[in-house]
Amino acid sequence: MNFLPPDLAPAYPEIFLLVMVCVVLLADLAAGEKRRYIAYLLAQVALLGCALITFVTSAPGVTYTFSGMFVDDAMADILKLLTYVTVSMVLVYSRGYIAVRGMFSGEYFSLTLFATLGMMVMISASHFLTLYLGLELLSLSLYAMVALRRDSVDATEAAIKYFILGALASGFLLYGMSMVYGATGALHIAQVTAVIQSGAADYTVLVVGLVFIVAGISFKLSAAPFHMWAPDVYQGAPTAVVLFIGSAPKLAAFGFVMRLLVEGMGAMAADWQGMLIILAVMSMIIGNLAAIAQTNIKRMLAYSTISHMGFMLLGIISGDENGYSSSMFYMVVYVLMTLGTFGMIMLLSREGFEAEKLSDFKGLNRRNPWYAFITLLLMFSLAGVPPVVGFYAKLSVLQAVLNAGYIWLAVVAVLFSLVGAFYYLRIVKLMYFDEPETDAPILPAGDVKLLISANGLAVLAFGLFPQALMALCAYAIQQSI
Amino acid sequence: MSFGFPLLSLIIWLPILAGIAVLATGSDRNAQLARWLALVGSVTGLLVAIPLYCYFDPLMGAMQFVEYHPWIERFNIHYHLGVDGIAMPLILLNCFTTPLVVMAGWQVINNRVSQYMGALLIMSGIVNGVFSSLDAILFYVFWEASLIPMFLIIGIWGGPNRVYAAIKFFLYTLMGSLLMLVAFIYLYTVSGGSFSILDYHKLPLPLAPQILIFIAFLLAFAVKVPMWPVHTWLPDAHVEAPTGGSVVLAAILLKLGGYGFLRFSLPIVPDASQYLSGMMITLSLVAVVYIGLVALVQADMKKLIAYSSVSHMGFVTLGFFLFNAYGVEGAMVQMISHGFISAAMFLCVGVLYDRLHSRQIADYGGVANKMPVFAAFFMLFAMANSGLPGTSGFVGEFMVIMGAVQVNFWYAFLAATTLIFGAAYTLWMYKRVVFGAVANPGVEVLKDINRREILILTILAAVVLWMGVYPLPLTEVMHTTVDDLLAHVTRGKL
Repeated sequence: MNFLPPDLAPAYPEIFLLVMVCVVLLADLAAGEKRRYIAYLLAQVALLGCALITFVTSAPGVTYTFSGMFVDDAMADILKLLTYVTVSMVLVYSRGYIAVRGMFSGEYFSLTLFATLGMMVMISASHFLTLYLGLELLSLSLYAMVALRRDSVDATEAAIKYFILGALASGFLLYGMSMVYGATGALHIAQVTAVIQSGAADYTVLVVGLVFIVAGISFKLSAAPFHMWAPDVYQGAPTAVVLFIGSAPKLAAFGFVMRLLVEGMGAMAADWQGMLIILAVMSMIIGNLAAIAQTNIKRMLAYSTISHMGFMLLGIISGDENGYSSSMFYMVVYVLMTLGTFGMIMLLSREGFEAEKLSDFKGLNRRNPWYAFITLLLMFSLAGVPPVVGFYAKLSVLQAVLNAGYIWLAVVAVLFSLVGAFYYLRIVKLMYFDEPETDAPILPAGDVKLLISANGLAVLAFGLFPQALMALCAYAIQQSI
Repeated sequence: MSFGFPLLSLIIWLPILAGIAVLATGSDRNAQLARWLALVGSVTGLLVAIPLYCYFDPLMGAMQFVEYHPWIERFNIHYHLGVDGIAMPLILLNCFTTPLVVMAGWQVINNRVSQYMGALLIMSGIVNGVFSSLDAILFYVFWEASLIPMFLIIGIWGGPNRVYAAIKFFLYTLMGSLLMLVAFIYLYTVSGGSFSILDYHKLPLPLAPQILIFIAFLLAFAVKVPMWPVHTWLPDAHVEAPTGGSVVLAAILLKLGGYGFLRFSLPIVPDASQYLSGMMITLSLVAVVYIGLVALVQADMKKLIAYSSVSHMGFVTLGFFLFNAYGVEGAMVQMISHGFISAAMFLCVGVLYDRLHSRQIADYGGVANKMPVFAAFFMLFAMANSGLPGTSGFVGEFMVIMGAVQVNFWYAFLAATTLIFGAAYTLWMYKRVVFGAVANPGVEVLKDINRREILILTILAAVVLWMGVYPLPLTEVMHTTVDDLLAHVTRGKL
């Protein structure tokens, strides 16, 4: 029997990253306490290398490898490139924060990179097992990162909650997948689709499996009613880790939803659309209403995430190319805003002080008008007020959902985005209308200063010229479905 | 018609860029620089708007000075600008008001001057954008963006209860506009993928969706106008806003609502507009009569003028839904004239407030003894506010009443009561504040208005009188457009 080695080319970025993770670990061991920055630099180099490889090897069309378990298409390339950028920004924002909190170590960077690898595998999976593998690699790294400050009670509690609920969700997902496997006899996404379309699979088993899969997905997306972990983890985990959890994995989760629901179970769209409508409506209601009552900004942003995930699902619900690309656009925009917001929270924190109460934003305009202005842009963007980019994200999902004929859903969505506007406005109010409680100077490092400014201005620039980003998302979806 | 030079873009972006430049002057150490820069920017903004009037062809019904560029191809959204006889006067009103507002805040605003002046200029540009957008999304972007600077102006430089007022203002207006957005996206879907407002004008629609769209638009525009019963944000916002903010709010932002009715509700859903005109006329008359009575009992001068604004804007919506040329043109004249008169009234109250830091009528009395020049100006504007013939306040109200007579005598009768109530609340307030013996020790030390204030009030007085005596330059530019609009509405879409 001839053994043909698999074509490794589509997986070059993953392989490169895996090698680099090991290099980071070893280099950090050798470098010692004084030269921790080597790990940081190597991590950035690893991401840059991945980006180059992904960019150079990107080709039109869809390539499968590893016996069809791994796929490389335009959506995968674009989502991965966005992931690298996001992770790289996370590292820049976090560096100062983790340095003064004793987390600046090789483990932090290698875990980040391992999680990134997990996301890349998820994005490129075309087989139920690959999907699960990527998801677990991501999740396990994240659990460890939440617990990285092992002397902090809050962080440990958050990590335990995250781990238990996350494991439960993985269990759900695996159970659902096994039901689908039972019904279709296939694990390859393409084969699953073919069997479902042929009508040979038992419908009841499929639907039960689908319920578990959707439940598992909504855990990972933190959509209500499977959102309970998000506020606790956001509040308890170190802000740098929250920034990471709240940003890049959302892109991977979007890829996951696309692979599993749209590509795998597309023939059952009518069933999962109904489920997602309930999830979306509940997320928008619970997320927006609960956010109003929060005094901790990280907790508030956790609820805001829940509501945004509800919005993002609207695009998936509409069930066509246009809807998927609007969801992808929403996700990318959401990640951009999250990066800026948590970046700002870390910027306002300093040694021995966490800027995590809403009142820590008081009088920011007095302390530093420029950072106040950037936060203003971010808040209006989260609220979906033009001319910042958050508006176009809402516009495109609303357009998709109206196009699919759900007028009531669009009306519910805009009404709850009105509720949402209230708590984002409250932050603007604190920054601009109130007097500061402290006059501690805000002294970020040069690259952080540059990046947060670029991040804020990007929210405005994409708001004035959203076409490029929209077209990119539309291209990614068109090429892959 | 397209004009060789992108004049409308210049009118929109010049104030915004000037505003950014003003913001860049930074802290209050450079306050004087910020003020001068703002004045130069706003006056330049007015000067570049003048060709708009000179080169406007009043005999042409189509859009003029059109600019058309692709913006967001994914949704077929265009950077599409153009003005007709309805939009052009409103742009001029806005460009005219901005320098006055800058001057009004010259000495009063001493805190974060660059941010105040910058916000004013940016808002002025944004409002020009609202009036000249011919693409629904472009319109919506400008429309919502105008909330942000106003929110900050009320919240940072306002009175004691400013935070409540600012948030109420923002959420109220946002609520209205979000449903309008849903209506736009619905129209985009049924029109086969177009956000062009002019396409919507031609789009055939059955009555049932027309009514839903009308209601969505109504919420957005009624909150802005504001119509009874969604007017409650206005007195709060006015009372707490600094003088400049009140002027912009009354003179400009309220007009956005009226403009919305003419640009969206009437032409896009003409049959629903006619079908629901009874309701609209009733709401307008309630505003005119009931709010007029409410104004009578106010103890706070700014609140009184705010209620008087609601009552006067009731005339505007009344005029629109009479569907005859007198009504619509009268309503337009009323909008422009209310822009000048309410600006002047708020500036007059601002003059008093700057000196005594009180808006209560009871804290004044006998001001004429100490401030004779001011009392004369205030007299003129109070007369104009009550609709005295010879001032601009009369022209609009008279035309709307004429229009109402053609439809139903009782409409006209009820509308005409405003001439009594308006005179009653304005002049009674004027009497209590200005005439009589000096009633309060604070009034004893008042100084008359300075040259800056005289300049502002003289400009406004001249315009109010000129429009009252010779309104033809204003009515002739809007004539063709209004006729076309009415023909379109009467024809209907069914």
